[in-house]
Amino acid sequence: MASDRIFGLVFGLVALAYIASPTQIQTSFLTDPIGPKAFPIGVGIIAAICSIYMVFRPDPETTWPALRTFASLGIAVVVLVAYALALVPLGFLIPTAIAAGLLSYQISPRLGPAVASGIGLSILLFVVFKFGLGLGLVALPRGLFG
Amino acid sequence: MELFANLALGFSIAFSPTTLMLAIIGCFLGTIIGALPGLGPSNGVAILIPLTFTLGLDATSALVLMSAVYYGAMYGGRISSILLNIPGDEPALMTTLDGYPMAKAGRAGDALVLSGVASFVGAFLATIGLMLLAPLLARVAFLFGPAENFALFLLAFCALAGMAGKNQAKGVLAACIGLGIAMIGVDNNSGLPRLTGGNLHLFDGIDFLVAIVGLFAVAEVFFFIESHGRNTSIGVRLEKVTIPIRDIWSTRWTMLRSSGVGFVAGILPGAGASLGSFVAYMSEKSIAGPKGKFGTGAAKGVAAPEAGNNAAAGGALVPMLTLGVPGSGTTAVLLALLVTLNITPGPTLFTERPEVVWGLIASLLIANFVLLLMNVPLVKVFVRVLQVPAWVLLPGVTMISFVGIFSLSGSYFDLLLMVAFGALGYVLRKLDIPTVPVILGILLGGNMEDALRRAMVLSDGDWTFLFSSPIAIGLWTAAVLGFVLPIFLRPLLKKPPAPET
Repeated sequence: MASDRIFGLVFGLVALAYIASPTQIQTSFLTDPIGPKAFPIGVGIIAAICSIYMVFRPDPETTWPALRTFASLGIAVVVLVAYALALVPLGFLIPTAIAAGLLSYQISPRLGPAVASGIGLSILLFVVFKFGLGLGLVALPRGLFG
Repeated sequence: MELFANLALGFSIAFSPTTLMLAIIGCFLGTIIGALPGLGPSNGVAILIPLTFTLGLDATSALVLMSAVYYGAMYGGRISSILLNIPGDEPALMTTLDGYPMAKAGRAGDALVLSGVASFVGAFLATIGLMLLAPLLARVAFLFGPAENFALFLLAFCALAGMAGKNQAKGVLAACIGLGIAMIGVDNNSGLPRLTGGNLHLFDGIDFLVAIVGLFAVAEVFFFIESHGRNTSIGVRLEKVTIPIRDIWSTRWTMLRSSGVGFVAGILPGAGASLGSFVAYMSEKSIAGPKGKFGTGAAKGVAAPEAGNNAAAGGALVPMLTLGVPGSGTTAVLLALLVTLNITPGPTLFTERPEVVWGLIASLLIANFVLLLMNVPLVKVFVRVLQVPAWVLLPGVTMISFVGIFSLSGSYFDLLLMVAFGALGYVLRKLDIPTVPVILGILLGGNMEDALRRAMVLSDGDWTFLFSSPIAIGLWTAAVLGFVLPIFLRPLLKKPPAPET
């Protein structure tokens, strides 16, 4: 109930912003009969109608996880974002080991197996990707060996 | 005969050592992917697509590899249904109904072999059907102009939005999210950037592979964290595997009927393999009546859904190849593969790139025999795979997704987008908003807008042009029916409860 209403509202607002964006496009007179605006605006309008429907006719409430699980999910998102940012400057091995280990810990909170799976996966995948598939991965931080 | 000449061409490609090797690797990987709970055909194919690029495979090889993975995953889905009472992927859900009780009664091996043979019958017959039907449909599709194409895209979205979820509005919203994302980037016709918010990274648009891997694979990781990797231990012991010849023989008509039903369900837009296995199971159940003892480990109840969903997997390739309009999540992912390989699916594919089409069909025929071998005598190997714990598997899948997407563009921005799509996928699934229409929207959005704009150029802005041909009117009618009918059919499509673990 409530989550359908909340997200209906969120999607509705996004749809409105979406509709507003293409109206700013300056088109020249030399354009096809529809132009670049009509289709995105149409899509936005339909999305807005569906969002309003969600607000007023919500489905039964879905089951959200407990607060602690939400914390785990939050940590996972942060880990993945950090991993995405670290992959280029820090090379493959270190960020992968840390990210894989932390993810493993979020799924099953035991320290030993998490550390082992992080380090193991990092080395295994590096070998497979670098030598098996021939990807140009960089192993370690660029600054380290000049 | 044209057909035999084409098939000969196909087999001459498929029997080359590399292609054969790729088909075997694909079958193996696919079966593993299908067997692992949470990793279905669409996830599996999505994660592997970027890697096929880095391997530098040509179009036919890449397509053969991925289709083998697709078929393999369809076969493999039954393994965890039977042994764990958890469907390895959504279409394998119906297999739990009789497969798990049969396994609990100490006949796990029989259930695996029987369902493996049923999978083979379904997939093999569907591949034959694809071979016969696709060229005919391609001939019809030649008559399509922009107006018809626009109506066809609309039909795909309406049927998918109608069938995919429990709530039409949410299905339509999902399609709009996808279409909306497809609009981001520089507009092809006018050269003007749209909806980029001035972000240079977005001028090229959002790569659909980033969206697909995020929505399917990364979202799955979040779900596993939520469940803490529960439900992944083997519930049933697998003793010696023998071939239950009597069961196979007694279900021969069931397999044939279910293959037919599944194939038709697969062709229908939006229906896909889940509906194929569902209809096959329910119709066999009503044919057998209460004497059939469906739901308590009946052999027919194991054979029907597996023949049905594998036949549907083959059927779903028909509209994808001939019209360029996928009817299911996995065929949408395969379409993404084709587009990235610079192959335009549709009627011209059959005349301009016959080697791709017929090489694929021949490889699928071969793949079926390979899969039968892997899934019947060698099934124990795949049962082992189920013992890989989730806390190793899921981080591994995530890292493979990252490396795959990173190898495509080498840009950290795509990785961030992928994580964002993962979070979006998690929220959407929590809200019961189907993700397949989102994928389809991202894939087809550009073409759909193009078709509309070209139609309007042809008619000089006259909207009635969209309904001017009999084919277009037929497609519009089908679109409306595909959207409205599921509302009334929904009570009939209620799934029977899963057996207790």
